[in-house]
Amino acid sequence: MRSEYDVVVIGGGPAGLAAAIKAKELGLNVLLIESREFLGGIPMQCVHPGFGIHYFKEDLTGTEFIHRIIERFRELDIEYYTNAHVLEVAPYSYRHKILRIVTEEGLFEVAAKTVIYAAGARERHMFEIGITGHRVAGIYTAGEAQTMMDIYGVMPGKEIVIVGSGDVGLIMARRFTLEGAKVKAVIELMPYPGGLTRNVVQCLEDFGIPLYLSHAVTRVEGKRRVERVIVTKVDEKLRPIPGTEESIECDTVVLAAGLVPYLKVIEKAGVEIDPVTRGPVVNSYLETSVPGIFVAGNALVINDLVDYVVEQGEEAAMGAYEFVKNGGLPALKWRKLVKGRNIRLAVPHYLADTKDVTIYARVGEPEENVRLRFPEIGKEIRLPFVKPSEMIRVKLKREEIARAKDRITMEVVRDE
Amino acid sequence: MSEVKKFRLTCIVCPLGCTVEVTMEGDRITGVEGFTCPRGKDYAIQEIREPKRIVMSVVKVRGGRFPTVAVKSDRPVPKELIPEIMKKLAEVEVEAPVSVGQVIVENVLGTGANIVATREV
Ligand SMILES: Cc1cc2nc3c(=O)[nH]c(=O)nc-3n(C[C@H](O)[C@H](O)[C@H](O)COP(=O)(O)OP(=O)(O)OC[C@H]3O[C@@H](n4cnc5c(N)ncnc54)[C@H](O)[C@@H]3O)c2cc1C
Ligand code: SF4
Repeated sequence: MRSEYDVVVIGGGPAGLAAAIKAKELGLNVLLIESREFLGGIPMQCVHPGFGIHYFKEDLTGTEFIHRIIERFRELDIEYYTNAHVLEVAPYSYRHKILRIVTEEGLFEVAAKTVIYAAGARERHMFEIGITGHRVAGIYTAGEAQTMMDIYGVMPGKEIVIVGSGDVGLIMARRFTLEGAKVKAVIELMPYPGGLTRNVVQCLEDFGIPLYLSHAVTRVEGKRRVERVIVTKVDEKLRPIPGTEESIECDTVVLAAGLVPYLKVIEKAGVEIDPVTRGPVVNSYLETSVPGIFVAGNALVINDLVDYVVEQGEEAAMGAYEFVKNGGLPALKWRKLVKGRNIRLAVPHYLADTKDVTIYARVGEPEENVRLRFPEIGKEIRLPFVKPSEMIRVKLKREEIARAKDRITMEVVRDE
Repeated sequence: MSEVKKFRLTCIVCPLGCTVEVTMEGDRITGVEGFTCPRGKDYAIQEIREPKRIVMSVVKVRGGRFPTVAVKSDRPVPKELIPEIMKKLAEVEVEAPVSVGQVIVENVLGTGANIVATREV
């Protein structure tokens, strides 16, 4: 490792790889650090298709998708380390950050003008979703189970209960079944499935796997290993209804209960956090509140499509390029993006009229025949439907942003 | 007159998940409705006649960086053959190195589909 880089990328998943590729193409000197023994992030363990439909205009498996990105990364001869973990990013001065990195050889410090943080997300664990009981063997997060089975070839169990019916839970149910395990049930807290209908069809209905809606796993029981789970009905306020407990025998519980941006490393550097996305607050260059620290991918906001993740990685690299070239981003006039009716979250939080920007947002409630409105700039887009599970992606042009004084509201309104 | 039957399906070709209704008289398809694009129509007809899916799995690898390689069928295979294909794949073992796109099993169970690697080992 040399001692100073234009940009150090933290995380070798799709966001980090795309950021490193773009930064290198723009002529920056780049170092990428990945904790696991291999590059690629989550898609390396995704053997199912559904990746890259927008980016490569082809339906690829996660492994095929990431293979293409890694090939490009290798062609560019970008410096990187695997089995290396970034412990800390210390903002040393406006234009310099010090990174502390632990590798197999020991502890290193490197300096960087900019940092692109692309460490992905962590999975929510048992204690965060209100499951009590024994902490026995046989409880895994979906990602752990997937890594075991699809990278290391070890089945996590024989009789499995899955908690959570988002696309991750549904896809895992199919994978386990195909590999010969019995998926006894998928348990969902909400009254509707969390994932796409097509995944309910091809992952559960194809195999006759029961889906328990408005139910929660409230307890895990067992001596050394999981022996059963206690499942309880919940009311409209999602509170367990006493007396509705039911027990399901199983040896494994797989938690697919959602992701949270993994911010541990940059939280200490003092980045401001959005309580709704649980990721950092960023401007249209994807720069956080600490100058020169950029963020992309699931560390920024939980994405369901890898295509958007790659796009954010490239965007962050362009931000880093501007920063390196000009010794910092210019002091700009920022317009705050304000969440209006039925917008639950939206990034970036601050927009400048120096460049076009892509906004990623989620609604709170499903609705049909709506318009997406930006009243201050007079922009409207018709949408056939919006759903909380599907991210909205919309571009604003710099001229449009320039029309607003200090705020731009984004709202969903019904079509009369 | 043969009996008229209606089937409601969810199209799984793209994330929109349209509901498509297929009308059959005897074994003749007489109507398809509800699709948003032609792929949905083709899917629904195929799904009634002979449902097919892409299969994906992992197979054992000897001498590689990982003990498994991810694989898939390079075209959809009849749904009812999937359990048998999975059984067959459980017996397969390949030698590293394996490259993406490499054929692991040719014409699996006579379906015309090849099983190809989707990860490098
Ligand atoms: C089961 C499942 C199914 C999915 N299916 C689809 C699909 O069908 N289609 C689709 O488009 N998307 C799908 N996705 C979503 C997609 O995989 C993610 O959106 C994408 O992987 C996010 O990329 P990322 O680079 O932000 O994070 P990740 O892929 O999580 O990569 C982050 C990387 O950072 C590394 N890291 C973390 N902390 C540090 C540190 N301190 N130092 C160094 N390295 C660090 C991690 O080891 C990891 O490799 C799926 C996800 C899952 C879990
Ligand atoms: S009919 Fe067309 S638009 Fe509708 S789900 Fe199928 S492929 Fe998608």
